[in-house]
Amino acid sequence: MPKLTMVQAINLALHQEMERDDTVLIMGQDVAVNGGVFRLTDGLFDKFGPERALDTPLAEGGIIGAMLGMAINGLKPVGEIQFSGFAYLTLAQLEGNVARTRSRSLSKFTAPLVLRMPYGGGVRALEHHSESKEAYFAHTAGLKTVIPSTPQTAYRLLLAAIRDPDPVVFMEPKHSYRAFKEEFEADEEAGELSRCRIVREGEDLTVVSWGAMLHRTEKVIEQFVEDTGASVELIDLQTIAPMDGNTIAQSVRKTGRAVVVQEAQRTLGPASEIIALINDKALMYLEAPVKRVTGFDVVMPYFARENFQIPSEPRIRDALAETLAF
Amino acid sequence: MPSKVIARFSVSYQQILDEKGGVDEKLDPKLPDDKLLEIYRVMLTGRRLDERLLKMQRSGRVGTLPVSVGQEAASGAAALAMEDDDWFVGSYREVAGRIARGEELYKSMLIYGGFEEGNISDNAPRMLPLSIILASQIPHAVGLAYAAKMRGEKTAVLAFSGDGATSEGDWHEGINFAATWKAPVVFLVQNNHWAISTPLHKQMNNRTIAQRGVAYDIPCLQVDGNDALAVYKATKEALDRARNGEGPTLIEALTYRMLMHTTADDPKKYRPEQETEEWKKRDPLTRFRAYLVNKRIWDGDRDGELEETVKSEIDAAIEYYRNYADYKLDQPFDHQFGTIVETLEEQRAEYLKYAR
Repeated sequence: MPKLTMVQAINLALHQEMERDDTVLIMGQDVAVNGGVFRLTDGLFDKFGPERALDTPLAEGGIIGAMLGMAINGLKPVGEIQFSGFAYLTLAQLEGNVARTRSRSLSKFTAPLVLRMPYGGGVRALEHHSESKEAYFAHTAGLKTVIPSTPQTAYRLLLAAIRDPDPVVFMEPKHSYRAFKEEFEADEEAGELSRCRIVREGEDLTVVSWGAMLHRTEKVIEQFVEDTGASVELIDLQTIAPMDGNTIAQSVRKTGRAVVVQEAQRTLGPASEIIALINDKALMYLEAPVKRVTGFDVVMPYFARENFQIPSEPRIRDALAETLAF
Repeated sequence: MPSKVIARFSVSYQQILDEKGGVDEKLDPKLPDDKLLEIYRVMLTGRRLDERLLKMQRSGRVGTLPVSVGQEAASGAAALAMEDDDWFVGSYREVAGRIARGEELYKSMLIYGGFEEGNISDNAPRMLPLSIILASQIPHAVGLAYAAKMRGEKTAVLAFSGDGATSEGDWHEGINFAATWKAPVVFLVQNNHWAISTPLHKQMNNRTIAQRGVAYDIPCLQVDGNDALAVYKATKEALDRARNGEGPTLIEALTYRMLMHTTADDPKKYRPEQETEEWKKRDPLTRFRAYLVNKRIWDGDRDGELEETVKSEIDAAIEYYRNYADYKLDQPFDHQFGTIVETLEEQRAEYLKYAR
């Protein structure tokens, strides 16, 4: 088994899906000849040619709008938005048309498409290159919003997203693109959307996270467990919407305590929904209030102060300790 | 340093029928009689359907709706220039065009009666539902066309928008994509001069909408949009070019919104009635009927016959709509996703507990 980064894993998934299904095409700004600014689509142009690896004009709304027409007419476009901070121009099409195509037409027309975009902090870039705004997409009915956390899950979830009959916004934690490599199965097995992944099992505390925060949280838990001997369950949310509330509730019914770690700002973020779901489905099992570790409700600071905005290891560790001690 | 002219442009205007129904013999596409009669039938059906829908709205039988009165040639004749396999991408003022594609008359009643079921028709498999967000349908048309071209199909897409929509980013982005990709799509703008209360001169600085095609280096022209022959000819030629791999065309059809924007609007507030009176002289149905009479393929007897047929079709549609009571309450949950989603099924149960 080779070891791959998330960039390599996503690139491999795209190669395999385009090989397997000739209705799949990739499109976006700089994705073809240049292979994407982060090189996620490298080699696809050489292998599949300009019709299926398509450099587009620089217009995010036009890209997603054209993708919808392609999807209705039998193709499976996988579009790339260069940074999620430029994806707000796609929201009008996503909310106004893409997510409604199936319901509006009673499933006569569908929109099997994937809109990929890197999100989150950690690359020392300009303004608009560091936000975590998954909540915008997750609040759109008819749309699936997926965030992988590791090379292997990025691979499996992207296969699932491309094979899914409905539109998927696939947000890639760019901080994790090349941060680590892992042992890898390239077996073309798709993962399951709207399903959490239990990363480690435990009895005393449930921790839920996703994206770049998952890896950081996992590191904190490893040290915390070593220091305190606590038994901690870690859940990778994977699909932000529609959310797998039952897996989370089942875990909390077992542990009685929960912490949610999210990179996004606090108010109305996915953590709010997770806590509401725990309230709906596991309130009577709780032995402590559910704590959330999140970004603050401020405009994303430039990168000099970014590390104080994004949940840090000490903040996560304190939340675990406080929730267990309650 | 040389200073020179690097581009010049002109925009042509075409009218084939004059306001009295006289025809320009050189430009006349010389359509067979049955095609001409079909154009008239479609336009008249659209007009009568709109009139009945208005009455239905006024008596509370359907909700708010837009009507297309005065614009029957611009969408109806254009749609009749399409081939069966072509795609129809409309906005919401193409009643005659949708009828031309075979949509059942009761579908409009269903939509304006609040049912998604009105959005699709088995008779018109390649017609997208109404697009309420202005110009958002333009990039979809380009995507449809790209897919057809990629598969090597000989099909084209006819995409409608209105004058107001041409200010939207989606409109320009879509046309730029189509031009860049040489996508087989025809953009037909129904310039009815009013975007609710906004007249053209507040919408843009251009003398014509057609000339915007010059900016994207695609063929473009303006036609008399109340002249069914001119609309038909321009659309047919553009669709043929598209299918032959020659890329997109922009057609501006000059027409006029004779009535309100929607039933919630009152044009008296902002529009001189004299202007509307002027446009009545250019009514697309009157002109086309005069042309048919001049050609001796129409007369007063046939008016009664056609009116009677159309009336009974509309009556049947109203009857169907009136009896549309047995609809599935939890249908919204059936068509969110093509896969089963656990939490949504939980919500369906909650919905059904109260939906009666």
